[in-house]
Amino acid sequence: MTQAVSVLDVKNLRVDRGGVQILDIPSFSLHAKEFVSLIGPNGAGKSTLLLAFMGLIKKRSGALKYRGELIHCDASWLELRRRIAMVLQEPLLFDSTVYENVASGLRIRGLGRSEIKSRVGAYLERFNLTDMAQRSARKLSGGEARRVSLARAFAVEPEMIFFDEPFANLDAPTRQTLTEDMDRIIREHGIAAVLVTHDQSEALRMSNRIVVMNGGSIVQQGTPAAVMNKPVNEFVASFVGMETILEGVVLGNRDLQMTLSVAGNEVDAIGDHLPGDQVYCCIRPENVTVSIIDPGRKSSARNVFAARIADIASMGPFLKLRLECAFVLTAYVTCESFANLELAEGREVYASFKATSVHAISRRAPDTPLKESA
Amino acid sequence: MKFLQKSLSVLLLALLVVAAASSSNGWGADKQKNLILATTTSTQDSGLLDVLIPIFEKQSGYFVKTISVGSGQAMKMGERGEADVLLVHSPEAEKTFVAQGFGVERKLVMHNDFIILGPPADPAKIRGAASSAEAFHRIAKAGALFLSRGDNSGTDAKEKGLWKGAGISPAGQKWFQQTGLGMGETLNVASEKKGYLLSDRGTYLALEKKRHLGLDILVAGEPKLLNIYHVIEVNPVRWPKVNNAGAKAFAAFMISKETQELIRHFGVKQFGAPLFFPDAGKKPESLGL
Amino acid sequence: MDLILEGAIKACQLLLSLDPEVLGIALLSLKVSGLATLLSVVLGVGFGTLIALTSFPGKKALVSVVNTGMGLPPVVVGLFVSILLWRNGPLGFLELLYTPTAIVIAQSVIATPIVMGITISAMQNLPASLRLQILALGATRSQMVLMLIKEARLPLMAGVMAGFGGVISEVGASIMVGGNVRGYTRVLTTATVMETGRGNFDIAIALSLILLLFCFLINYFLTYIQQRERPR
Repeated sequence: MTQAVSVLDVKNLRVDRGGVQILDIPSFSLHAKEFVSLIGPNGAGKSTLLLAFMGLIKKRSGALKYRGELIHCDASWLELRRRIAMVLQEPLLFDSTVYENVASGLRIRGLGRSEIKSRVGAYLERFNLTDMAQRSARKLSGGEARRVSLARAFAVEPEMIFFDEPFANLDAPTRQTLTEDMDRIIREHGIAAVLVTHDQSEALRMSNRIVVMNGGSIVQQGTPAAVMNKPVNEFVASFVGMETILEGVVLGNRDLQMTLSVAGNEVDAIGDHLPGDQVYCCIRPENVTVSIIDPGRKSSARNVFAARIADIASMGPFLKLRLECAFVLTAYVTCESFANLELAEGREVYASFKATSVHAISRRAPDTPLKESA
Repeated sequence: MKFLQKSLSVLLLALLVVAAASSSNGWGADKQKNLILATTTSTQDSGLLDVLIPIFEKQSGYFVKTISVGSGQAMKMGERGEADVLLVHSPEAEKTFVAQGFGVERKLVMHNDFIILGPPADPAKIRGAASSAEAFHRIAKAGALFLSRGDNSGTDAKEKGLWKGAGISPAGQKWFQQTGLGMGETLNVASEKKGYLLSDRGTYLALEKKRHLGLDILVAGEPKLLNIYHVIEVNPVRWPKVNNAGAKAFAAFMISKETQELIRHFGVKQFGAPLFFPDAGKKPESLGL
Repeated sequence: MDLILEGAIKACQLLLSLDPEVLGIALLSLKVSGLATLLSVVLGVGFGTLIALTSFPGKKALVSVVNTGMGLPPVVVGLFVSILLWRNGPLGFLELLYTPTAIVIAQSVIATPIVMGITISAMQNLPASLRLQILALGATRSQMVLMLIKEARLPLMAGVMAGFGGVISEVGASIMVGGNVRGYTRVLTTATVMETGRGNFDIAIALSLILLLFCFLINYFLTYIQQRERPR
């Protein structure tokens, strides 16, 4: 990894609430022009972390540096806040016109009348709000209100922007358009962004780095691929959507080609675990192929098991199958394949997956230590 | 609607600003020139003070704050030094007031008279009774509704004295109702309820002129029924803060020849009869005191 | 019935002929109650905002006290302000009793808890995250407070109106501390009481009509605000 310039560094950040430590971050850096997604269950401390970055949370300890300079007083916090924009879960618009809402951050900064006018005009245009500039912010639809809140945030032309689940409660198409708009502006202006989201596909699509939090700590961080495919422990694995997580033991390992024993069956996998190691083997459902004839060893998939369809659940464009063999596998099939293969509950099938699709995690892997993977 | 909201806000704001700005003018009247006159509702309700006070203010330069309450409360204000001069009509209580050293220079100003009023049907048959005591006896006997001020005013004190003189204690009787209101209001109540009551003639005439009350004068003319007004200065020795110079000026004004003439003619034109009779300089005995 | 009709006709004549006495009384009422409301806005919105935005031990108790104060009986206020302002009372040296200033003081005491109580609830009704959003926009603390007040302006305006409506229509305190001195401390309510006692029903009705007009305007405004508030 090239030595990126970090804009925000925290050290030993701790937050207390009612005597309970709700955030404990020994170290975290946000790099210039980087897009970070924070994921984790409710109460993991994601929102708290954003607020702590802005100094908007009480009972906080630790040091925060902006471009190497320690933020030490109210004035420097204010100065820092003015370099950051934040979009919260609710649009939280002011009871005035759309124009005034977009202008609010600029007015706070005491910009001149003409500058405000041109800046607001540009961002209204950008978010397709020009026609409703004089409308009352109270009379907007959910999607329109969102757009106004984004325009308000971007209008201050921040160096960093934080989003706290900004698109929750929006319909899919609106969400899609807004995400694209937002992404485009962030890249154009080279803004460093942190996004708290529950939508992993959103996180995958946009971020350079995914940070998984749980119980106030960072559990894992790395590139989306690293986090999705190489979760450091069971928590991350289940959280990032590894539907199949099986207990196994390493039988042998030759040149990182491992053979695992899972419920009495041999499973081939790639990894550096040593024979005798207790592992979880995690398999993403989209990596499991379902067929009605035995693909045999001819296929590139090294692992093939005869299985029975135990359960079918609709997931919209595809179906989620629970396959029973010696263990339970979860697989996705498209609706089209499902029909073509004439699949049905109770049908005998073959489930196959590549050795590279099996991600083995040490079963006694401790929760904490993490390395930033490039 | 937006315009309406804005204009209303602006209106309210303007109102407040005007209020704030104008409040400084005239409100801080020269303190030395303030004179607090505690008097009875009957003098105010009759309108006499509305005629006299402006003249006094013009002549003397004092600003008179007329606080009209009952005679009893007026004297209480005097006792605490919260008033400078009193114009009251409760001779017995006044004597005690002066004897206790709360007031000085008590001077006879004028009188009007009390009358016993009642519905024309006169259920208690008091019309033509020889005395007020006789009339009260008949009312009590008939159990006819009687309305009393019950507010410790001079009129109320007078009425209590009359009941006592007649040897009747009406308090608590079903036919005896206390309004706790001023003279004018009590007259209104009596008119509505068709009851008997004791009123001063001035207030009755003034009110009757404006609105037919449907009450007849049934008993009048007895010396006991005189309503005599005195002006009393609050004792400046006891209460150094009182405006004694103003009080003296006011007392002098009230007994001056010109004022006495004004009193004599007050209401004659309007009601066809005088409401008050000037008494300055007369001997109290001449009024049966 | 005749009385009311006749009174109303005469009252209209008085109003239309701009009777100086009646107008003077109405104007004084506006001045006194307006000024009292202004004072209560400064105190009520100021301290109400402070109470709403900070947390401290005993806050709940204090808010309860303020809410109780919203229903302070004017005569009680009149009594205590009188006692304080008596010549020989603790504040007697100010010589304020029976002055318009005394009425302003008493009415401010009545209106301040009303404005304060409504301010507290208005500020607390704003979404909690709005404060974070405003600070996140880079606002200083004072900018934040101003923006919050601006956000709550409609309920606050309702509070101001409620305060004004409360004091312009109260009679107990005005008569006790003002004394109903003609042309000086005679306001709409005290004059109405007195003129009724005097049997001057025409003037009393004229004064009542003006008072009713004020009350109508206030309530019209309040209703307007409430109706605008609903589709939030």
